[in-house]
Amino acid sequence: MSKHAKTSNGSFHPLSAPDFLPLPQLRDLQLQRLTAIVQRAYDRVALFRKRMDDRGLTPQDVRTLDDIINLPFAEKTDLRDTYPFGLFASPMKDIVRLHASSGTTGKPIVVAYTQEDVQVWTNVMLRAFAACGLHEGDVIQNAYGYGLFTGGLGAHYGAEALGATVIPISGGNTPRQLMVMKDFGVTAICCTPSYFLHLIDQAPEVGVNLKELPLRAGIFGAEPWTESMRRRIEADSGIKAYDIYGLSEIIGPGVAMECQCQAGPHVFEDYFYPEIINLKTGKPCAEGDEGELVLTTLGKQAMPMIRYRTRDITALASETCECGRTLRRIKRIGRRADDMFIIRGVNVYPSQIETALLKVEGALPHYQIVLTREKDLDVMEVQVEVTPGVFADTVGALEQLQSQLSRSIESTVGVRANVRLVQPRTIQRSEGKAKRVIDQRKM
Amino acid sequence: MKVKQLSLFLENKPGALSRPVKLLAKAKLNVLTLSIADTQQFGILRFILRDWEKARRLLEKEGFVVKVSDMVAIEVADEPGELADILVTLEKARVNLEYMYGFTLKQEGKGVLAFRFDDPDRAIAALQKKGISPVRSVDLFKRLES
Repeated sequence: MSKHAKTSNGSFHPLSAPDFLPLPQLRDLQLQRLTAIVQRAYDRVALFRKRMDDRGLTPQDVRTLDDIINLPFAEKTDLRDTYPFGLFASPMKDIVRLHASSGTTGKPIVVAYTQEDVQVWTNVMLRAFAACGLHEGDVIQNAYGYGLFTGGLGAHYGAEALGATVIPISGGNTPRQLMVMKDFGVTAICCTPSYFLHLIDQAPEVGVNLKELPLRAGIFGAEPWTESMRRRIEADSGIKAYDIYGLSEIIGPGVAMECQCQAGPHVFEDYFYPEIINLKTGKPCAEGDEGELVLTTLGKQAMPMIRYRTRDITALASETCECGRTLRRIKRIGRRADDMFIIRGVNVYPSQIETALLKVEGALPHYQIVLTREKDLDVMEVQVEVTPGVFADTVGALEQLQSQLSRSIESTVGVRANVRLVQPRTIQRSEGKAKRVIDQRKM
Repeated sequence: MKVKQLSLFLENKPGALSRPVKLLAKAKLNVLTLSIADTQQFGILRFILRDWEKARRLLEKEGFVVKVSDMVAIEVADEPGELADILVTLEKARVNLEYMYGFTLKQEGKGVLAFRFDDPDRAIAALQKKGISPVRSVDLFKRLES
Protein backbone atom coordinates (compact mmCIF):
# COMPACT_ATOMS: atom_id res chain seq x y z
CA MET A 1 0.00 0.00 0.00
CA SER A 2 1.29 3.43 -0.84
CA LYS A 3 2.27 5.45 2.15
CA HIS A 4 0.22 8.29 0.71
CA ALA A 5 -2.99 6.35 1.16
CA LYS A 6 -3.18 7.29 4.81
CA THR A 7 -3.31 10.99 3.94
CA SER A 8 -6.12 10.71 1.48
CA ASN A 9 -8.76 11.00 4.21
CA GLY A 10 -8.45 14.80 3.74
CA SER A 11 -8.69 15.23 7.49
CA PHE A 12 -10.01 18.68 8.20
CA HIS A 13 -8.74 20.86 11.00
CA PRO A 14 -11.31 23.30 12.39
CA LEU A 15 -8.77 26.13 12.32
CA SER A 16 -8.52 25.69 8.54
CA ALA A 17 -12.08 26.99 8.13
CA PRO A 18 -10.97 30.43 6.83
CA ASP A 19 -9.26 28.62 3.93
CA PHE A 20 -12.70 27.80 2.58
CA LEU A 21 -14.60 31.03 3.25
CA PRO A 22 -16.99 32.02 0.46
CA LEU A 23 -15.37 34.89 -1.42
CA PRO A 24 -17.80 37.67 -0.43
CA GLN A 25 -17.29 36.81 3.21
CA LEU A 26 -13.53 36.63 2.78
CA ARG A 27 -13.45 40.04 1.11
CA ASP A 28 -15.61 41.54 3.87
CA LEU A 29 -13.29 40.15 6.49
CA GLN A 30 -10.25 41.50 4.61
CA LEU A 31 -11.74 44.97 4.33
CA GLN A 32 -12.68 45.04 7.99
CA ARG A 33 -9.16 44.02 8.99
CA LEU A 34 -7.53 46.33 6.46
CA THR A 35 -9.25 49.44 7.77
CA ALA A 36 -8.33 48.49 11.32
CA ILE A 37 -4.67 47.89 10.50
CA VAL A 38 -4.34 51.08 8.46
CA GLN A 39 -5.79 53.00 11.40
CA ARG A 40 -3.38 51.27 13.77
CA ALA A 41 -0.35 51.97 11.60
CA TYR A 42 -1.44 55.57 11.09
CA ASP A 43 -1.88 56.14 14.81
CA ARG A 44 1.30 54.41 15.93
CA VAL A 45 3.94 54.34 13.21
CA ALA A 46 5.46 57.75 12.48
CA LEU A 47 6.86 56.81 9.06
CA PHE A 48 3.53 55.48 7.81
CA ARG A 49 1.63 58.46 9.18
CA LYS A 50 4.00 60.89 7.49
CA ARG A 51 3.65 59.17 4.14
CA MET A 52 -0.12 59.20 4.44
CA ASP A 53 -0.10 62.86 5.41
CA ASP A 54 2.22 63.70 2.51
CA ARG A 55 -0.33 62.20 0.15
CA GLY A 56 -3.21 63.92 1.88
CA LEU A 57 -4.64 60.57 2.92
CA THR A 58 -6.31 59.53 6.13
CA PRO A 59 -7.31 56.01 7.20
CA GLN A 60 -10.90 56.99 6.35
CA ASP A 61 -9.92 57.03 2.68
CA VAL A 62 -9.81 53.25 2.71
CA ARG A 63 -13.43 52.40 2.03
CA THR A 64 -13.05 49.41 -0.26
CA LEU A 65 -10.34 46.82 -0.75
CA ASP A 66 -9.48 48.46 -4.08
CA ASP A 67 -8.60 51.68 -2.25
CA ILE A 68 -5.48 49.92 -1.02
CA ILE A 69 -3.73 50.91 -4.25
CA ASN A 70 -3.65 54.54 -3.08
CA LEU A 71 -1.66 53.72 0.03
CA PRO A 72 2.12 54.21 0.11
CA PHE A 73 4.42 51.21 -0.27
CA ALA A 74 6.71 49.94 2.44
CA GLU A 75 10.14 48.60 1.52
CA LYS A 76 12.97 46.72 3.08
CA THR A 77 14.96 49.93 3.32
CA ASP A 78 12.27 51.27 5.66
CA LEU A 79 13.14 48.54 8.14
CA ARG A 80 16.81 49.33 7.78
CA ASP A 81 16.35 53.08 8.10
CA THR A 82 14.31 52.73 11.25
CA TYR A 83 16.52 50.00 12.76
CA PRO A 84 15.92 48.51 15.21
CA PHE A 85 12.45 49.37 16.55
CA GLY A 86 11.23 52.30 14.45
CA LEU A 87 8.28 50.54 12.81
CA PHE A 88 6.86 48.99 15.96
CA ALA A 89 3.23 49.77 16.66
CA SER A 90 3.22 48.24 20.11
CA PRO A 91 5.06 49.24 23.26
CA MET A 92 7.88 46.93 24.28
CA LYS A 93 5.86 45.55 27.17
CA ASP A 94 3.42 44.03 24.67
CA ILE A 95 6.12 42.55 22.48
CA VAL A 96 6.88 38.96 23.33
CA ARG A 97 9.28 38.06 20.53
CA LEU A 98 11.89 39.59 18.27
CA HIS A 99 13.38 37.97 15.20
CA ALA A 100 15.96 39.37 12.84
CA SER A 101 17.08 38.68 9.33
CA SER A 102 19.72 40.01 7.06
CA GLY A 103 19.21 43.49 5.66
CA THR A 104 20.79 45.29 2.75
CA THR A 105 23.72 46.51 4.80
CA GLY A 106 25.60 44.97 7.67
CA LYS A 107 22.71 45.60 10.04
CA PRO A 108 19.96 43.03 10.25
CA ILE A 109 16.30 43.96 10.12
CA VAL A 110 14.24 43.36 13.22
CA VAL A 111 10.67 42.13 13.37
CA ALA A 112 8.41 41.98 16.41
CA TYR A 113 5.44 39.98 17.60
CA THR A 114 2.84 40.51 20.30
CA GLN A 115 1.29 37.49 21.98
CA GLU A 116 -1.59 37.85 19.54
CA ASP A 117 0.80 37.95 16.57
CA VAL A 118 2.47 34.75 17.73
CA GLN A 119 -0.98 33.20 17.93
CA VAL A 120 -1.81 34.31 14.38
CA TRP A 121 1.51 32.97 13.16
CA THR A 122 0.93 29.68 14.95
CA ASN A 123 -2.50 29.39 13.36
CA VAL A 124 -1.37 30.06 9.81
CA MET A 125 1.46 27.56 10.21
CA LEU A 126 -1.00 25.04 11.61
CA ARG A 127 -3.20 25.66 8.55
CA ALA A 128 -0.13 25.26 6.37
CA PHE A 129 0.60 21.81 7.80
CA ALA A 130 -3.07 20.83 7.64
CA ALA A 131 -3.26 21.96 4.00
CA CYS A 132 -0.71 19.37 2.96
CA GLY A 133 -2.48 16.64 4.87
CA LEU A 134 -0.60 16.55 8.16
CA HIS A 135 -2.46 16.03 11.40
CA GLU A 136 -2.27 14.76 14.97
CA GLY A 137 0.00 11.78 15.18
CA ASP A 138 2.39 12.98 12.51
CA VAL A 139 6.02 13.21 13.53
CA ILE A 140 7.54 16.38 12.10
CA GLN A 141 11.28 16.82 11.87
CA ASN A 142 11.87 20.55 11.90
CA ALA A 143 15.22 21.10 10.24
CA TYR A 144 14.74 24.82 9.74
CA GLY A 145 17.23 26.81 11.76
CA TYR A 146 16.11 27.82 15.24
CA GLY A 147 17.17 31.23 16.40
CA LEU A 148 16.85 34.71 14.99
CA PHE A 149 15.72 33.20 11.69
CA THR A 150 11.91 32.88 11.69
CA GLY A 151 11.87 29.46 10.03
CA GLY A 152 12.59 27.25 13.01
CA LEU A 153 10.26 28.67 15.63
CA GLY A 154 7.51 29.47 13.12
CA ALA A 155 7.25 25.87 11.97
CA HIS A 156 7.69 24.61 15.51
CA TYR A 157 4.72 26.46 16.99
CA GLY A 158 2.43 25.54 14.11
CA ALA A 159 3.35 21.86 14.22
CA GLU A 160 2.85 21.67 17.97
CA ALA A 161 -0.50 23.43 17.78
CA LEU A 162 -1.56 20.94 15.12
CA GLY A 163 -0.97 18.21 17.68
CA ALA A 164 1.89 16.66 15.76
CA THR A 165 5.05 15.49 17.47
CA VAL A 166 7.79 18.00 16.77
CA ILE A 167 11.46 17.16 16.61
CA PRO A 168 13.26 20.51 16.95
CA ILE A 169 16.45 19.26 15.38
CA SER A 170 17.27 22.55 13.64
CA GLY A 171 19.67 22.63 10.68
CA GLY A 172 22.89 20.77 10.03
CA ASN A 173 24.50 17.48 11.09
CA THR A 174 23.24 15.38 8.22
CA PRO A 175 24.03 11.91 9.63
CA ARG A 176 22.10 12.76 12.79
CA GLN A 177 19.17 14.10 10.74
CA LEU A 178 18.99 10.79 8.90
CA MET A 179 19.36 8.73 12.05
CA VAL A 180 16.55 10.64 13.77
CA MET A 181 14.38 10.44 10.67
CA LYS A 182 14.67 6.66 10.68
CA ASP A 183 14.68 5.92 14.40
CA PHE A 184 11.87 8.33 15.40
CA GLY A 185 9.49 7.32 12.64
CA VAL A 186 9.41 10.78 11.09
CA THR A 187 6.48 11.32 8.73
CA ALA A 188 7.20 14.88 7.57
CA ILE A 189 10.19 17.16 7.36
CA CYS A 190 10.62 20.94 7.15
CA CYS A 191 13.79 22.27 5.54
CA THR A 192 15.10 23.99 2.45
CA PRO A 193 14.62 21.94 -0.72
CA SER A 194 18.35 21.97 -1.43
CA TYR A 195 19.07 20.56 2.00
CA PHE A 196 16.59 17.77 1.40
CA LEU A 197 18.36 16.92 -1.85
CA HIS A 198 21.51 16.68 0.21
CA LEU A 199 19.76 14.33 2.64
CA ILE A 200 18.67 12.19 -0.32
CA ASP A 201 22.27 11.95 -1.49
CA GLN A 202 23.66 11.19 1.94
CA ALA A 203 21.04 8.66 3.02
CA PRO A 204 22.68 5.63 1.36
CA GLU A 205 25.98 6.48 3.07
CA VAL A 206 24.42 5.88 6.46
CA GLY A 207 22.34 2.94 5.31
CA VAL A 208 19.00 4.73 5.17
CA ASN A 209 16.53 4.06 2.39
CA LEU A 210 14.15 7.03 2.38
CA LYS A 211 11.57 5.14 0.36
CA GLU A 212 11.20 2.56 3.11
CA LEU A 213 10.64 5.12 5.85
CA PRO A 214 7.20 6.39 6.92
CA LEU A 215 8.30 9.84 5.71
CA ARG A 216 5.62 11.07 3.30
CA ALA A 217 5.77 14.88 3.11
CA GLY A 218 8.33 17.63 2.89
CA ILE A 219 7.49 21.26 3.62
CA PHE A 220 10.12 23.07 1.62
CA GLY A 221 10.79 26.76 1.50
CA ALA A 222 13.08 29.64 2.42
CA GLU A 223 14.70 29.56 -1.03
CA PRO A 224 13.51 29.48 -4.61
CA TRP A 225 13.18 26.06 -6.20
CA THR A 226 11.72 24.58 -9.32
CA GLU A 227 9.29 21.98 -10.58
CA SER A 228 12.17 19.82 -11.72
CA MET A 229 13.60 19.86 -8.21
CA ARG A 230 10.18 18.81 -6.96
CA ARG A 231 10.06 15.94 -9.42
CA ARG A 232 13.52 14.80 -8.47
CA ILE A 233 12.79 14.95 -4.74
CA GLU A 234 9.55 13.03 -5.14
CA ALA A 235 11.05 10.39 -7.42
CA ASP A 236 14.14 9.84 -5.31
CA SER A 237 12.56 9.80 -1.88
CA GLY A 238 8.96 8.70 -2.41
CA ILE A 239 7.56 11.70 -0.53
CA LYS A 240 5.33 14.59 -1.61
CA ALA A 241 7.16 17.89 -1.76
CA TYR A 242 5.19 21.01 -0.84
CA ASP A 243 6.14 24.62 -1.39
CA ILE A 244 5.78 26.99 1.55
CA TYR A 245 6.26 30.73 1.24
CA GLY A 246 6.93 33.39 3.80
CA LEU A 247 9.18 36.23 4.80
CA SER A 248 10.16 37.67 8.13
CA GLU A 249 8.94 41.16 7.34
CA ILE A 250 5.41 39.83 6.97
CA ILE A 251 5.45 37.13 9.65
CA GLY A 252 7.91 34.39 8.71
CA PRO A 253 6.96 31.07 7.11
CA GLY A 254 3.22 30.58 6.72
CA VAL A 255 2.28 33.46 4.44
CA ALA A 256 1.31 30.93 1.79
CA MET A 257 1.30 27.15 1.54
CA GLU A 258 0.49 24.52 -1.04
CA CYS A 259 -2.39 22.14 -0.55
CA GLN A 260 -2.30 18.51 -1.62
CA CYS A 261 -3.06 19.58 -5.19
CA GLN A 262 0.45 21.07 -5.31
CA ALA A 263 -0.74 23.83 -7.60
CA GLY A 264 1.09 26.77 -6.04
CA PRO A 265 0.96 28.11 -2.48
CA HIS A 266 -2.41 29.43 -1.27
CA VAL A 267 -1.97 32.81 0.39
CA PHE A 268 -3.58 32.94 3.81
CA GLU A 269 -5.47 35.94 2.60
CA ASP A 270 -7.47 36.52 5.73
CA TYR A 271 -4.18 37.70 7.28
CA PHE A 272 -1.99 38.63 4.33
CA TYR A 273 -3.51 40.64 1.51
CA PRO A 274 -1.71 40.05 -1.79
CA GLU A 275 -1.34 42.39 -4.75
CA ILE A 276 0.74 42.08 -7.89
CA ILE A 277 2.22 45.30 -9.20
CA ASN A 278 4.15 46.33 -12.26
CA LEU A 279 7.80 46.58 -11.30
CA LYS A 280 8.42 49.85 -13.06
CA THR A 281 5.18 51.75 -12.62
CA GLY A 282 4.10 50.37 -9.25
CA LYS A 283 0.57 50.11 -10.68
CA PRO A 284 -1.54 46.98 -10.20
CA CYS A 285 -1.07 44.29 -12.83
CA ALA A 286 -3.95 42.80 -14.73
CA GLU A 287 -5.31 39.65 -13.12
CA GLY A 288 -3.01 36.71 -13.70
CA ASP A 289 -0.13 38.82 -14.97
CA GLU A 290 3.32 38.48 -13.56
CA GLY A 291 4.75 41.22 -11.36
CA GLU A 292 6.06 41.97 -7.92
CA LEU A 293 4.22 40.52 -4.98
CA VAL A 294 3.09 43.16 -2.50
CA LEU A 295 1.70 42.06 0.85
CA THR A 296 -0.27 43.81 3.55
CA THR A 297 -0.50 42.26 6.99
CA LEU A 298 -4.13 42.37 7.99
CA GLY A 299 -3.70 41.28 11.56
CA LYS A 300 -0.22 42.08 12.71
CA GLN A 301 -0.23 44.19 15.84
CA ALA A 302 3.41 44.71 16.75
CA MET A 303 4.59 45.60 13.29
CA PRO A 304 1.94 46.18 10.67
CA MET A 305 3.22 46.17 7.13
CA ILE A 306 1.15 48.08 4.64
CA ARG A 307 1.83 47.26 1.00
CA TYR A 308 5.23 45.74 1.61
CA ARG A 309 7.19 45.20 -1.58
CA THR A 310 8.56 41.66 -1.35
CA ARG A 311 10.73 41.91 -4.50
CA ASP A 312 9.52 38.43 -5.34
CA ILE A 313 8.24 38.08 -8.88
CA THR A 314 5.11 35.96 -9.25
CA ALA A 315 1.51 35.99 -10.43
CA LEU A 316 -1.74 35.40 -8.58
CA ALA A 317 -4.01 32.56 -9.63
CA SER A 318 -7.59 33.14 -8.63
CA GLU A 319 -9.23 30.12 -10.25
CA THR A 320 -10.75 27.85 -7.68
CA CYS A 321 -8.43 25.11 -6.58
CA GLU A 322 -9.59 21.52 -6.61
CA CYS A 323 -9.09 21.38 -2.88
CA GLY A 324 -11.94 23.84 -2.44
CA ARG A 325 -9.86 26.58 -0.84
CA THR A 326 -10.99 30.02 -1.91
CA LEU A 327 -7.59 31.50 -1.12
CA ARG A 328 -5.73 32.70 -4.18
CA ARG A 329 -2.47 31.01 -5.07
CA ILE A 330 0.88 32.46 -6.03
CA LYS A 331 2.92 30.97 -8.81
CA ARG A 332 6.20 29.43 -7.85
CA ILE A 333 8.68 32.19 -7.13
CA GLY A 334 11.72 31.81 -9.30
CA ARG A 335 13.26 35.22 -9.44
CA ARG A 336 13.60 38.50 -7.65
CA ALA A 337 13.20 42.11 -8.62
CA ASP A 338 16.49 43.04 -6.99
CA ASP A 339 19.86 41.37 -6.89
CA MET A 340 19.25 39.61 -3.63
CA PHE A 341 20.02 35.91 -3.69
CA ILE A 342 19.23 33.19 -1.24
CA ILE A 343 21.89 30.81 -0.13
CA ARG A 344 21.16 28.01 2.30
CA GLY A 345 17.98 29.79 3.28
CA VAL A 346 19.72 33.07 4.05
CA ASN A 347 18.96 36.24 2.13
CA VAL A 348 22.10 37.90 0.87
CA TYR A 349 22.51 41.18 -0.96
CA PRO A 350 25.66 41.96 -2.94
CA SER A 351 25.81 45.22 -1.01
CA GLN A 352 26.39 43.20 2.17
CA ILE A 353 29.34 41.52 0.54
CA GLU A 354 30.59 44.97 -0.45
CA THR A 355 30.30 46.17 3.13
CA ALA A 356 32.30 43.17 4.29
CA LEU A 357 35.04 43.65 1.69
CA LEU A 358 35.23 47.35 2.37
CA LYS A 359 35.65 46.75 6.07
CA VAL A 360 38.81 44.76 5.45
CA GLU A 361 40.36 46.54 2.50
CA GLY A 362 39.34 50.13 3.11
CA ALA A 363 38.43 50.53 -0.55
CA LEU A 364 36.09 48.42 -2.61
CA PRO A 365 37.88 45.98 -4.90
CA HIS A 366 36.27 44.51 -8.00
CA TYR A 367 34.52 41.36 -6.97
CA GLN A 368 32.09 38.77 -8.17
CA ILE A 369 29.93 36.28 -6.34
CA VAL A 370 29.73 32.83 -7.87
CA LEU A 371 27.08 30.48 -6.57
CA THR A 372 27.41 26.79 -7.20
CA ARG A 373 25.94 23.65 -5.80
CA GLU A 374 28.18 20.90 -4.58
CA LYS A 375 26.51 17.70 -3.50
CA ASP A 376 23.27 19.66 -3.42
CA LEU A 377 24.60 22.20 -0.96
CA ASP A 378 24.94 25.80 -1.98
CA VAL A 379 28.46 27.14 -2.12
CA MET A 380 29.29 30.81 -2.34
CA GLU A 381 32.63 31.86 -3.77
CA VAL A 382 33.58 35.50 -3.68
CA GLN A 383 36.27 36.36 -6.21
CA VAL A 384 38.18 39.45 -5.24
CA GLU A 385 40.66 41.21 -7.46
CA VAL A 386 43.96 41.91 -5.77
CA THR A 387 44.67 45.63 -5.70
CA PRO A 388 48.01 47.40 -5.19
CA GLY A 389 46.69 48.61 -1.83
CA VAL A 390 46.42 45.13 -0.40
CA PHE A 391 49.01 43.18 -2.34
CA ALA A 392 51.74 42.08 -0.03
CA ASP A 393 54.75 40.22 -1.22
CA THR A 394 54.41 37.22 1.09
CA VAL A 395 52.13 34.23 0.89
CA GLY A 396 51.36 34.53 4.58
CA ALA A 397 50.07 38.08 4.20
CA LEU A 398 47.88 37.14 1.25
CA GLU A 399 46.49 34.14 3.04
CA GLN A 400 45.75 36.35 5.99
CA LEU A 401 43.93 38.77 3.71
CA GLN A 402 41.95 35.89 2.31
CA SER A 403 40.86 34.67 5.71
CA GLN A 404 40.08 38.21 6.93
CA LEU A 405 37.81 38.73 3.95
CA SER A 406 36.20 35.38 4.51
CA ARG A 407 35.56 36.07 8.18
CA SER A 408 34.24 39.53 7.47
CA ILE A 409 31.73 38.11 4.98
CA GLU A 410 30.64 35.40 7.36
CA SER A 411 30.08 37.82 10.19
CA THR A 412 28.16 40.23 7.94
CA VAL A 413 25.85 37.83 6.14
CA GLY A 414 25.97 34.77 8.35
CA VAL A 415 27.04 32.41 5.60
CA ARG A 416 30.53 31.17 4.96
CA ALA A 417 32.13 32.18 1.69
CA ASN A 418 35.19 30.84 -0.05
CA VAL A 419 37.25 33.86 -0.94
CA ARG A 420 39.38 33.55 -4.03
CA LEU A 421 41.94 36.21 -4.80
CA VAL A 422 42.17 36.83 -8.51
CA GLN A 423 44.37 38.91 -10.77
CA PRO A 424 43.31 42.46 -11.50
CA ARG A 425 41.08 43.02 -14.53
CA THR A 426 40.08 39.39 -14.69
CA ILE A 427 36.52 39.95 -13.48
CA GLN A 428 34.40 40.94 -16.39
CA ARG A 429 33.26 44.55 -16.48
CA SER A 430 30.00 45.05 -18.20
CA GLU A 431 28.38 48.13 -19.57
CA GLY A 432 26.11 49.74 -17.05
CA LYS A 433 25.25 47.58 -14.12
CA ALA A 434 27.97 45.22 -12.99
CA LYS A 435 27.07 41.58 -12.96
CA ARG A 436 27.82 40.87 -9.35
CA VAL A 437 26.20 37.51 -8.97
CA ILE A 438 26.80 34.50 -11.20
CA ASP A 439 24.35 31.84 -10.19
CA GLN A 440 25.47 28.50 -11.55
CA ARG A 441 23.26 26.45 -9.29
CA LYS A 442 21.27 23.97 -11.31
CA MET A 443 17.69 24.30 -10.24
CA MET B 1 73.43 48.02 -0.90
CA LYS B 2 69.89 47.04 -1.74
CA VAL B 3 68.62 45.43 -4.89
CA LYS B 4 65.11 46.06 -6.18
CA GLN B 5 62.82 43.12 -6.62
CA LEU B 6 59.44 43.08 -8.35
CA SER B 7 56.65 40.84 -7.10
CA LEU B 8 53.56 39.95 -9.09
CA PHE B 9 50.34 38.42 -7.97
CA LEU B 10 49.41 35.44 -10.13
CA GLU B 11 46.52 33.08 -10.04
CA ASN B 12 47.42 29.44 -9.88
CA LYS B 13 46.16 28.43 -13.29
CA PRO B 14 47.64 27.39 -16.60
CA GLY B 15 49.23 30.23 -18.49
CA ALA B 16 49.43 32.57 -15.52
CA LEU B 17 53.22 32.67 -15.56
CA SER B 18 53.71 32.88 -19.28
CA ARG B 19 51.88 36.17 -19.72
CA PRO B 20 54.24 38.38 -17.70
CA VAL B 21 57.26 36.45 -18.90
CA LYS B 22 56.29 37.00 -22.53
CA LEU B 23 55.67 40.68 -21.88
CA LEU B 24 59.17 41.09 -20.46
CA ALA B 25 60.70 39.14 -23.30
CA LYS B 26 58.98 41.26 -25.89
CA ALA B 27 60.35 44.39 -24.23
CA LYS B 28 63.79 42.79 -24.18
CA LEU B 29 63.98 42.94 -20.43
CA ASN B 30 66.27 40.28 -19.07
CA VAL B 31 65.34 38.66 -15.80
CA LEU B 32 68.42 37.84 -13.73
CA THR B 33 66.76 35.55 -11.26
CA LEU B 34 63.28 34.65 -10.17
CA SER B 35 61.39 32.58 -7.69
CA ILE B 36 57.79 31.57 -7.27
CA ALA B 37 55.93 31.15 -4.03
CA ASP B 38 52.77 29.19 -4.54
CA THR B 39 49.65 28.08 -2.76
CA GLN B 40 46.77 26.06 -4.09
CA GLN B 41 44.97 29.13 -5.34
CA PHE B 42 47.57 31.75 -6.11
CA GLY B 43 51.23 32.40 -6.44
CA ILE B 44 53.69 35.25 -6.15
CA LEU B 45 56.27 35.66 -8.85
CA ARG B 46 59.37 37.46 -7.62
CA PHE B 47 62.18 38.56 -9.86
CA ILE B 48 65.17 40.80 -10.14
CA LEU B 49 66.19 42.65 -13.24
CA ARG B 50 68.29 45.66 -14.06
CA ASP B 51 65.61 47.88 -15.55
CA TRP B 52 63.02 47.22 -12.88
CA GLU B 53 61.33 50.60 -13.30
CA LYS B 54 60.63 50.01 -16.95
CA ALA B 55 59.42 46.48 -16.21
CA ARG B 56 57.16 47.76 -13.50
CA ARG B 57 55.55 50.39 -15.73
CA LEU B 58 55.03 47.85 -18.45
CA LEU B 59 53.46 45.27 -16.18
CA GLU B 60 51.24 47.77 -14.43
CA LYS B 61 50.05 49.06 -17.76
CA GLU B 62 49.03 45.52 -18.57
CA GLY B 63 46.99 45.30 -15.41
CA PHE B 64 49.33 43.44 -13.08
CA VAL B 65 49.63 44.35 -9.44
CA VAL B 66 53.33 44.94 -8.87
CA LYS B 67 55.10 45.38 -5.60
CA VAL B 68 58.65 46.66 -5.31
CA SER B 69 60.74 45.44 -2.41
CA ASP B 70 64.31 45.85 -1.30
CA MET B 71 66.41 42.74 -1.38
CA VAL B 72 69.86 42.24 -0.02
CA ALA B 73 72.25 40.28 -2.24
CA ILE B 74 74.98 38.48 -0.35
CA GLU B 75 77.91 36.62 -1.66
CA VAL B 76 78.24 33.24 -0.03
CA ALA B 77 81.20 30.95 -0.38
CA ASP B 78 80.24 27.55 -1.68
CA GLU B 79 81.34 25.78 1.46
CA PRO B 80 79.55 24.06 4.33
CA GLY B 81 78.64 26.45 7.16
CA GLU B 82 78.88 29.66 5.16
CA LEU B 83 75.15 30.28 5.02
CA ALA B 84 74.77 29.19 8.63
CA ASP B 85 77.23 31.88 9.76
CA ILE B 86 75.29 34.57 7.97
CA LEU B 87 72.04 33.39 9.44
CA VAL B 88 73.44 33.34 12.96
CA THR B 89 74.62 36.93 12.55
CA LEU B 90 71.15 37.98 11.45
CA GLU B 91 69.49 36.03 14.19
CA LYS B 92 71.60 37.78 16.80
CA ALA B 93 70.62 41.13 15.30
CA ARG B 94 66.99 40.00 15.55
CA VAL B 95 66.36 40.51 11.86
CA ASN B 96 63.65 38.34 10.42
CA LEU B 97 64.35 36.59 7.14
CA GLU B 98 61.17 36.34 5.11
CA TYR B 99 62.49 34.37 2.16
CA MET B 100 65.54 33.94 -0.01
CA TYR B 101 66.54 32.50 -3.34
CA GLY B 102 69.69 32.22 -5.40
CA PHE B 103 71.25 33.69 -8.47
CA THR B 104 72.35 31.19 -11.04
CA LEU B 105 75.91 32.37 -11.30
CA LYS B 106 78.85 31.15 -9.34
CA GLN B 107 82.18 32.86 -9.57
CA GLU B 108 85.45 31.99 -7.87
CA GLY B 109 83.68 29.45 -5.69
CA LYS B 110 81.12 31.94 -4.50
CA GLY B 111 77.39 32.11 -5.12
CA VAL B 112 75.02 35.02 -4.62
CA LEU B 113 71.80 34.72 -2.68
CA ALA B 114 68.97 37.24 -2.57
CA PHE B 115 67.46 37.78 0.86
CA ARG B 116 64.24 39.45 1.82
CA PHE B 117 64.34 40.82 5.36
CA ASP B 118 61.69 42.54 7.38
CA ASP B 119 64.26 45.28 8.03
CA PRO B 120 66.87 45.32 5.25
CA ASP B 121 68.83 48.25 6.71
CA ARG B 122 69.32 46.56 10.05
CA ALA B 123 70.33 43.39 8.27
CA ILE B 124 72.94 45.25 6.24
CA ALA B 125 74.35 46.95 9.32
CA ALA B 126 74.60 43.67 11.21
CA LEU B 127 76.31 41.96 8.29
CA GLN B 128 78.78 44.77 7.76
CA LYS B 129 79.74 44.66 11.40
CA LYS B 130 80.69 41.06 10.82
CA GLY B 131 82.70 42.02 7.79
CA ILE B 132 80.15 40.69 5.30
CA SER B 133 79.41 43.21 2.67
CA PRO B 134 76.27 42.82 0.57
CA VAL B 135 76.77 43.04 -3.16
CA ARG B 136 75.82 46.40 -4.63
CA SER B 137 73.32 46.33 -7.50
CA VAL B 138 75.82 47.85 -9.91
CA ASP B 139 78.35 45.15 -9.19
CA LEU B 140 75.71 42.50 -9.24
CA PHE B 141 74.43 43.44 -12.67
CA LYS B 142 77.96 43.80 -13.96
CA ARG B 143 78.81 40.31 -12.78
CA LEU B 144 75.63 38.75 -14.03
CA GLU B 145 75.65 40.36 -17.39
CA SER B 146 79.35 40.09 -18.14
